[in-house]
Amino acid sequence: MIVLSDYLILAAILFSLAVAGIFINRKNIIILLMCIELMLLAVNLNFVAFSHFSGDPAGQVFVFFILTVAAAEAAIGLAILVLLFRNLSTINVSDMDRLKG
Amino acid sequence: MEQVIFYGFAAILLFAATMVITVSNPVKAALFLVLAFFTSAAIWLMLHAEFLAISLVLVYVGAVLVLFLFVVMMLDIDLAPLKEGFTRYLPLGILVAALIVVEMITVLNAPQFDVLPAAAEDGSNTRVLGRLLYTVYVYPFEIASVILTVAIVAAITLTLREHQRKLQDVGKQVAVRREDRVRLVNLREPKQDKGEETS
Repeated sequence: MIVLSDYLILAAILFSLAVAGIFINRKNIIILLMCIELMLLAVNLNFVAFSHFSGDPAGQVFVFFILTVAAAEAAIGLAILVLLFRNLSTINVSDMDRLKG
Repeated sequence: MEQVIFYGFAAILLFAATMVITVSNPVKAALFLVLAFFTSAAIWLMLHAEFLAISLVLVYVGAVLVLFLFVVMMLDIDLAPLKEGFTRYLPLGILVAALIVVEMITVLNAPQFDVLPAAAEDGSNTRVLGRLLYTVYVYPFEIASVILTVAIVAAITLTLREHQRKLQDVGKQVAVRREDRVRLVNLREPKQDKGEETS
């Protein structure tokens, strides 16, 4: 029988994979955005698992709101990315140093 | 049987996540992210969250990841300089990830997390969620819709190009007179001349 900790450990491994992705892909801003999506997915998995195992549907309502905010974040992030590429012709994080004094 | 399905989906999900962070081509990374979201939708179905599983496929795979693919294919990216530092930061990334996993497993293997699922709520999952959303959480629900509207406006404003915009100059529109736009042409007279010539 699958217990709550199985789902929680799966979500923890997924989250740590996303953290590792942010470490090793620190030049490519598209992969960074994808890693943020993976992190949100892991958090949502935790919410759904707790909601199922405690019998309280409020956790699923919070997942609904997280999905909404994540969609807005992805849309604005990609718009900023397009704007950045149009001005700098690159998406390399190390080239974005205009605010450096 | 249920355990086999769960571990199969978990293995596919972790494989897809690993490929997302290691693959060099962003298009392939986006496609593996699609696989990851599909698999986690299946895992949510196992958790009896049917509405959220379907909306994850519709909203994420259908809208957000297609947007990702759109942007990745639209930009002409030079991939070579983006991969530098990959091997340099790989040990540190693996170390941090392994530490997080070990800590979380240590905590989560405690006996108080070995609970079995609570009794399933009667009625469909969508009905339960809808009743909650429109009664208890109606105010956050409205705020979520406002956030989506703000996101649309922000995304359009950010990517709009200034010189391609068609602007209306209201002053010019009001100041225009009839003589500037309308020119009356007498069409009958040349016809009559022609008629006189033939007769």
